[in-house]
Amino acid sequence: MGRVGRPVGDVTTGNAMTEEPKDEGIVLTEAQKRARRSRSIAIALSLAALVILFYVVTLVKGPIVLVRPL
Amino acid sequence: MSLVSEGADFRGRLGFAETELAEPSLASVGDYVALMKPRVMSLVIFTALVGLAVAPGSLHPLIAFTALLCIAVGAGAAGALNMWYDADVDAVMTRTARRPVPMGRIKPGEALAFGLTLAGFAVVTLGLLVNMLAAGLLAFTIFFYVGIYTICLKRWTPQNIVIGGAAGAFPPMIGWAAATGSLSAEPVLLFMIIFFWTPPHFWALALTRTEDYARAGIPMLPVVAGDASTRRQILAHTLILVPLGVAPWTLGYAGTLYGVVAGVTGAIMLVLAWQVLRESRPAERASKHLFAFSILYLFLLFAVLLIERGWGGLVARLAT
Repeated sequence: MGRVGRPVGDVTTGNAMTEEPKDEGIVLTEAQKRARRSRSIAIALSLAALVILFYVVTLVKGPIVLVRPL
Repeated sequence: MSLVSEGADFRGRLGFAETELAEPSLASVGDYVALMKPRVMSLVIFTALVGLAVAPGSLHPLIAFTALLCIAVGAGAAGALNMWYDADVDAVMTRTARRPVPMGRIKPGEALAFGLTLAGFAVVTLGLLVNMLAAGLLAFTIFFYVGIYTICLKRWTPQNIVIGGAAGAFPPMIGWAAATGSLSAEPVLLFMIIFFWTPPHFWALALTRTEDYARAGIPMLPVVAGDASTRRQILAHTLILVPLGVAPWTLGYAGTLYGVVAGVTGAIMLVLAWQVLRESRPAERASKHLFAFSILYLFLLFAVLLIERGWGGLVARLAT
């Protein structure tokens, strides 16, 4: 599971109030990175397939592609 | 239930709980594939293919492929939206507890977004690349499965799968509409076959999982009306189904091979439904036999129809 970064102050030197808290944001684990990458690739491939499908169907249909009787 | 708790319930269903927002997803592509109910999708593709192949006229193979792809994606969208809404029920049923949403691999809100996106793409693509009638039917089918069956009927009435079965019966009509741009009696007959096939099929399954459905609070017929009433209903629906199965042959839509297959398999369906009625309780063995054979029955009817009526046309279309 990912870890949400927490603001950390320097309590030993008493600078907790003056130092800007460090926010690391959400840190992904390796498993989460792999899962995100595989999902991103799947989305990219799906979109590319959709673009190719529209392109090829337009070629196949020709000008009739604009005719859409209900 | 107060408005506050209703709101919390709805937010929970959407997956908007505060603790969930910050948690990155571990969902794999396979989880999203599972969300689309691939086994149901394969039956939808097959019946839509038959509707498309037996329809008169010609259709470019690429357009036919596009139509099937859109119907498949639309079915997947309906499956994802069903899993979004039914996550609470799925979690307490043995058969569905390992689905991605109850397992926590996909959040309900993600399933909802995924389903809506797929539904939108499927309907719009079918409308733009094939025809508007097919797209309209696909949109209605998704709405019927999610809005009517899943949200309204499933938790409310024991007639849930009788009426809701219409959603699974639409694909051959969509396939036909994709090929012809119109509808006629033949696709309606295919619709009727699947419509009357659904109750005996699902009630045979429900008879073996009554406790599961009762625990989840789903008013399936065996839970509400009892075992004996369900057995009678199975036989009654099978008595309607079998003549409908033979009807394409008697009406001249199919040939002798179809008539023989529909007659023989229909007789077996009747024998199995009779065994479910007569077998000493619990009728688990007979119910399992009927459930398994009902799948083969529907597959054989549509496969023979495809071979007799559609295969020649399909090959001709691919050759042109």
